[in-house]
Amino acid sequence: MSLLSVKNLGKAYRVYASEFQRIGRWFGLPTRPSEEHWVLKHINFSIEPGEAIGIVGQNGAGKSTLLKMITGTLQPTEGTVTVNGRIAAILELGMGFSPELTGRQNVYHAAGLMGFSADQIHEVIDDIEAFAEIGEYFNEPVRTYSSGMQMRVAFAVATAIRPEILIVDEALSVGDSYFQHKSFDRIREFQQQGTTLLIVSHDRGSIQALCDRAILLESGTVIKDGKPEEVMDFYNAIIAEKENATVSVRQLEDGSIQTRSGSGEATIESVSLHDAAGQMVEYVPVGEPVTLRIKTQINADIPELVVGYLIKDRLGQPVFGTNTHHLDCKLTDLSAGESPEYRFDFSANLGVGSYSVAVALHTADTHLARSYEWLDLAMVFNIVNISKDEFVGLAWMPPSVECVR
Amino acid sequence: MLGLFRSLWEYRGFVWSSIRNEFVARFARSRLGGLWMIINPLAQVAIYALVLSNVLAAKLPGIDNKYAYALYLMAGMLAWSLFSEIINRCLTLFIDQGNLMKKMRFPRITLPVIVVGSCLLNYVLLFLALLLVFALLDQFPGPQMFWIIPLTATVTALAVGIGLILGVLNVFVRDIGQVVPILMQVWFWFTPIVYPVTIIPEQFKNVMDLNPMFPIVSAFHDILVYAKIPDLQDVMLTALISLGLMLLGLFMFRRAAPEMVDVL
Repeated sequence: MSLLSVKNLGKAYRVYASEFQRIGRWFGLPTRPSEEHWVLKHINFSIEPGEAIGIVGQNGAGKSTLLKMITGTLQPTEGTVTVNGRIAAILELGMGFSPELTGRQNVYHAAGLMGFSADQIHEVIDDIEAFAEIGEYFNEPVRTYSSGMQMRVAFAVATAIRPEILIVDEALSVGDSYFQHKSFDRIREFQQQGTTLLIVSHDRGSIQALCDRAILLESGTVIKDGKPEEVMDFYNAIIAEKENATVSVRQLEDGSIQTRSGSGEATIESVSLHDAAGQMVEYVPVGEPVTLRIKTQINADIPELVVGYLIKDRLGQPVFGTNTHHLDCKLTDLSAGESPEYRFDFSANLGVGSYSVAVALHTADTHLARSYEWLDLAMVFNIVNISKDEFVGLAWMPPSVECVR
Repeated sequence: MLGLFRSLWEYRGFVWSSIRNEFVARFARSRLGGLWMIINPLAQVAIYALVLSNVLAAKLPGIDNKYAYALYLMAGMLAWSLFSEIINRCLTLFIDQGNLMKKMRFPRITLPVIVVGSCLLNYVLLFLALLLVFALLDQFPGPQMFWIIPLTATVTALAVGIGLILGVLNVFVRDIGQVVPILMQVWFWFTPIVYPVTIIPEQFKNVMDLNPMFPIVSAFHDILVYAKIPDLQDVMLTALISLGLMLLGLFMFRRAAPEMVDVL
């Protein structure tokens, strides 16, 4: 039995010609809404215990509506949400806090709002106080708190008792970076104990670091449900998508999925990695100097071309990325037929493992403004350790060591 | 319907702490705190008594107390203050709590219950204060005082019924929130609270029979001022109306609840 199953879920906001028709409907009058505005339609997925799922999508794609229906604050217009367990949401912290009451009193109240009895709260109140770490302030009125302190208490209450499903807005700030780390540790701890995470985020890094599955929503439907890396590539492509732009997805030989998008005025001809001798390489020893060659083709007159690349690790997490705008190497007023080549020289100061390179052709400093082409998994290379001392991690940062006794 | 009461029971801790918090918050940083809840209606009574006693005092037969008019005013005000407080708060309840309803999942029925609990708490405090004032004015409670309990239940039911219906409608048609305070003002003056029923011209007496608050306020007068057992027949009729309105209100609340969050 799955923990959460969403079947053919849809939400429509109904507009009636007159509100009295709406009221008449409650009493069984056969009135019809004059307008139905569907914000979500045909959503299907199910979630198993212990999974961590990222929900991504642009603003207005329907993420909040979906989450509200899962938590139960919003009623679906069609379809069902079946939940086997308790859901806690850390989307909006501090709801129901009253400024005149002390932190302790607010904890009882807010936990009551979440459906806990006073006895259950009694058991965990000491943990909450300890976790929030606000000292004497716990017994002072909340109006004397800083906003960070209020967040600490609110987070401590929201996660006092482990839920079966935890909904987290990744961008939610829970105070200073110390507490941010502390709260994410708790979230991970829950996950290890079997809590399913539903994470809303725009940040590729955290989705890929925390989730083992991602669901992409676009104008009210699920357009992709799969491995975070693939979904995030697709998501980036959508963001870059402009008029006339196309998104194409191709399955590579190794089974991974490559996404190509853009308006096509400039295209990527080839991407390759070369060693100091100019030989094309696939395996690169740690720390060796290499050159990334990107050959482009101009298909229409364009005012400016910026080439950017991003090296990602095997999990798709960005390791390093930059572009010719930041490097101050600009080509302007290009005409159709040209085929400029770009060479990026750098040392492969990377840890052992497999890396991929994504390449983007665009104007200005990001691919968001005007994207000619975006290509994920443009090439893959491996870093091998041949001559260096044993080390772990993503980066090669050779120290000089001194042992003092 | 059973589920409604079950979820209410599960959230009893929340209901209870909400009522208490509201009460505590009123005392915070105000020297007299909750006393203002009593001072306000008493001040109103004092003003009416001062302004109108010469005009109306002579028309209160059957009471042998020189403060008769003040007593009469207080008894009526007690009933009306509970009635109007519940209606006024229910009226804007769902709009005021819109943010909470949009963000948190909890049984919505707790909201009107909290309002009723909090209003009843105010009412009890006002009632105790009035008993004290009555005692100071040489009017002591008798055994008929127990009739206050079913009467309070009736007026609460009536107010909750009306309040729920208006509160639900107000979410969708916001004009309701503007027009109701005016109607409540009219209703107040069409109920014999400030004036004795005897001064109403004969041809308007039948209109009074249509006012469900009239039997209640009269019963409060009977109990507190005239020290006699109230006319229960009329009160029963009001009780039946109240029950009907409350069921209608609950029905509308249940039908509207899923849509309410959509438009808030």
